[in-house]
Amino acid sequence: MKLDFEHQQSAHCESGVTSSLLRKSSGGKITEPLAFGIGVGLFFCYIPLIKINNGPAIAFRTFPGLIFKRTCNALGIPVVRQKFSSKEKAEAALMQCLEHGQPAGCQVGVYYLSYFPREYRFHFNAHNLIVFGKEEDQYLISDPVMETVTQLSSYELERVRFAKGALAPKGQIYYPGDVATISDEQIRKAIIKGIKNNVNQMLRIPGNFAGVKGIAYTGKKIKRWRDKLGLQKAGSYLAQLVRMQEEIGTGGGGFRYIYAAFLQEAYAYTHQEELLDISKLFTEAGDLWRTAAVHAAGIYKGRLGSQADFDQMGDYLIQVAELEKNAFLALKQIKW
Amino acid sequence: MKKEQVPQDLGPLGKITKEVCYATDSSGKYTTELSTGWEVKKEALDVAWQDVKARIANAKQKVLNGEASPVLFFMEYRLMDAGILSDYTGFWRWRIKRHLKPEVFKKLSEKKLQKYADAFNTSVADLKTMTVHEA
Repeated sequence: MKLDFEHQQSAHCESGVTSSLLRKSSGGKITEPLAFGIGVGLFFCYIPLIKINNGPAIAFRTFPGLIFKRTCNALGIPVVRQKFSSKEKAEAALMQCLEHGQPAGCQVGVYYLSYFPREYRFHFNAHNLIVFGKEEDQYLISDPVMETVTQLSSYELERVRFAKGALAPKGQIYYPGDVATISDEQIRKAIIKGIKNNVNQMLRIPGNFAGVKGIAYTGKKIKRWRDKLGLQKAGSYLAQLVRMQEEIGTGGGGFRYIYAAFLQEAYAYTHQEELLDISKLFTEAGDLWRTAAVHAAGIYKGRLGSQADFDQMGDYLIQVAELEKNAFLALKQIKW
Repeated sequence: MKKEQVPQDLGPLGKITKEVCYATDSSGKYTTELSTGWEVKKEALDVAWQDVKARIANAKQKVLNGEASPVLFFMEYRLMDAGILSDYTGFWRWRIKRHLKPEVFKKLSEKKLQKYADAFNTSVADLKTMTVHEA
């Protein structure tokens, strides 16, 4: 069985899956940047108390699962999401979904994802892919970060659907419920809602750890990493920061470029001139994140390492925080 | 980032698939460009794996010195912490910490050993001897 489904590669797994699952009902209008922006994808968060792979927990995007949910909510589309305690029931539900002609979004862990290069297989459980058919024992997989379609045997798929640890997927499948055609007016309203929510998410979230404040906070912390952690560990922490910022799924610059692309597309629906200029601010932010990454690489490769180098690294983040704060303030001031 | 500035350094992912980057064209409009990788992040990934390898070697030495059980070695080898291993085996974390002691590990029942072997995707015999078959 193979459903009529066209694989499309994207930068980020969840916004890619969202865009693909909505392709039919939106006539392809919900592109990846639109899904990312309407789904309020842009974020920053640094939680010093939580360790991931023995490094700091840093995120440049919103919590897994929210992009699909918020995009559908903003467009008035019901979301079907199921979790399972039994592996047999999880597979039966997936098969039932396929038999009804519905491609299914799946949350999976990447540690046992056989087509991923070994270097990328950490215990990360919030990867997303679409299952769109089954031929003999092989499930047909559209993984948004891959150029072409791939396959997983039923055992391999079961193993990644039931990966354990933080954010364990529990066999989760999700897809949009009954959808009428999505109109341009619906998209316009959803865009405005998405932008407003993202402004709140970055400017008004309480505490030091998250939003634009969180970026500046991390910058200040980094300046102390050299003394506190020692050069080697501080280097490993910076490498972790760069991986979260640039590794597959971000589109580059810690998702800031995708967001800049979203604002350009948002202009086409809302005709707010300001969006084009604000988009440039996010491009600048993405560029600055990447400049900081090059500097960080100097430290973790041992070319740099003085306290002045760490101060410079921290200052980059403080600069980014200022830039993004201004960009979001500008978005806040738009009269829709 | 401009389209022509999208880096094309060959990274580990680039051997299997190119990845989508968002970048601007000559008129400033956003478009996507495929990239084979970027040196800066390849090096970041290398650092992560050097750390992992150092921890594996360290764990192996501890087991050989009789300071830890092979569970510690396989935890590091499979990049697991006590939380992840606890989820895979169903053992409480404090029990796993006990099982990290060689003298406790030696007395484990076959059933418990099998749970560890399953979690580490290996056999009980290989678990006991710290034998790995994958590169």
